[in-house]
Amino acid sequence: MIPLSSADAEATGVADEALVEVQADEQRDALVAALADALGDALVESHVEPGVDVWVRVVAESWVDAGRALRDRCGMAYFDFLSAIDWMPSPYGRDMDAQVDLPVDDGAADVATPAGGYETGLAGGQTRFQLLARLHDPVGHVGITVKADLAGDAPVVGSWTPVYPGADWHEREAWEMFGITFRDHPNQVHLYLPSHFEGNPLRKDYPLLARRVKPWPGIVDVELMPGQEEDDAGDDGSEGDES
Amino acid sequence: MTALDDTRQLAYIAGQASDARVNVELETEGMTLNIGPQHPATHGTLRVIVKLDGERVVAAEPVMGYMHRGYEKLSEVRTYPQVTTLVNRIDWLGSFANEVPFILAAERLMEVEAPPRAQWIRTALFELSRIANVVLFLGDMGVQLGAVTPVFFAFRDREFVLNQIEAVTGGRFHPNFDRIGGLKDDLPKGWVDETKGVLGRIRTFCDEMEDLVTGNEIFQARTRGIGVIPADVGLSYGLSGANIRASGVDWDLRRDGGVGLVHDQLDWKVWTHPDGDSFARYWVRLQEVREACDMVEQALDGIPSGPVMAKVPRIIKVPAGEAYVETENPLGVMGYYVVSKGDLVPYRVKIRSASFNNISITPWLLEGTYVPDVISILASLYFILGDIDR
Repeated sequence: MIPLSSADAEATGVADEALVEVQADEQRDALVAALADALGDALVESHVEPGVDVWVRVVAESWVDAGRALRDRCGMAYFDFLSAIDWMPSPYGRDMDAQVDLPVDDGAADVATPAGGYETGLAGGQTRFQLLARLHDPVGHVGITVKADLAGDAPVVGSWTPVYPGADWHEREAWEMFGITFRDHPNQVHLYLPSHFEGNPLRKDYPLLARRVKPWPGIVDVELMPGQEEDDAGDDGSEGDES
Repeated sequence: MTALDDTRQLAYIAGQASDARVNVELETEGMTLNIGPQHPATHGTLRVIVKLDGERVVAAEPVMGYMHRGYEKLSEVRTYPQVTTLVNRIDWLGSFANEVPFILAAERLMEVEAPPRAQWIRTALFELSRIANVVLFLGDMGVQLGAVTPVFFAFRDREFVLNQIEAVTGGRFHPNFDRIGGLKDDLPKGWVDETKGVLGRIRTFCDEMEDLVTGNEIFQARTRGIGVIPADVGLSYGLSGANIRASGVDWDLRRDGGVGLVHDQLDWKVWTHPDGDSFARYWVRLQEVREACDMVEQALDGIPSGPVMAKVPRIIKVPAGEAYVETENPLGVMGYYVVSKGDLVPYRVKIRSASFNNISITPWLLEGTYVPDVISILASLYFILGDIDR
């Protein structure tokens, strides 16, 4: 890890922060415990970053129950957002150094089902698509990120609209952008895109046409710092510039 | 001779009355009315399809996507510093505030903290962009309801705020000034004193609004008791900002969020209103502009000396991880869920914009209202189309 944090933090400020962190940590641990009590085995994994945030992962079958339990038993009255993540690495390559997007050599099919599973984020995950929702407790001032693994290439999951009516549009967006179907959704139609649109743009295998027809000039535009040598221009930043 | 003395006249009136009665008993034909995509009440291109029964709204369905620019997809092929250029254009009236939560999320992943001076200047600019944004709302709310004067006042006085933002950042609407680890530049000479003068003008503007609009009988008649949102409904739809505080929810991320701005070191108050109607939303915003003026003034007095940039690598690679940071932006809660895989570019950016949630309540809220109230409600919810469509 590169030592990056500011050296200007005062000693007293640090002590105060530490105090707050311990307190908030208990609050988040209690939240996870309450949810585990309500859901039992349906709560797969949780991750608490003390004083910062909390992530939980539930099984897809209990997605609606998890929302209801969080609202009724954990005080999460505030619906923040609902979305999804596609954990399949893009078959078009994503390195900014590449002047053109090239499909990777081993073919898209192998990328779609890697042997070792997908490399996923906090609170883990096994499948390509992961549902992601954020709730907030407006009284206790703590938020929670809820995830669920969705099986298959055209996943289906229960709708949160009976629990949080605000999930309506978010689920429509997730449906058109990721191709996730929400069971019992009252109005599963396109939100942003025209009704005849085909494809799911936020899936990683959906090509971004602007990048396909023209190399992205972004990396070339990085200006040299005063006194910087031309040779360093193409470095990947791993050595860092400590000047 | 009065009409009642004339038998023929009397028979005519009776006939009219019976016709009217018959009309009441007959079913009226439903009508579908398009509001927008081009309508001054929509701040961009929102289209609302309302089904009417007479003057009453039976169903309302907003249609979005006319301005969808796909920022979430584009963010996946932009380096972290380049993403601020995109997010600037989400809520174009308070652009600087859009950059802050994204930069804070990236800083959290990189474990960088901006130096204190940068944090204080950030807070001052954050609140200045709130003033620039909400001042326009105050004028615009009047013009939606037929009072044209306030909007001229608003545009006149907002210009002074934009001048101050431009003096620091070089951009009136798209500052692109926030950097991972601090700010692009320090403040120009003499800026602090000039800004204090501008704050005086904005305070005068707020008083003018109080005189011109708040007490106006027509304004009150068209906003009080119109579009009432109960607190629990507002929460379940994810309303935020002044919209939820006008329903009596005492929740403000500047006080309760604890992210990397210095609001906790300033002396200010969170305003709420118990009514939850259009008037309450207007009133809470008016008070928030005044509070923002106080906050900017305190922030300007409190700016410590020191650098405005922490040490960060020239080419920014963000370590793998996930972070969600949200702040109390002019339109409400704005957050970025950033997923990094250790690349130059984010793996996924979910943009949680305030207006999207704020406007998602409209099908519920507009049902059963009358056509003129639709405009009052849409104006008071205050959305920017760029903030809905992203």
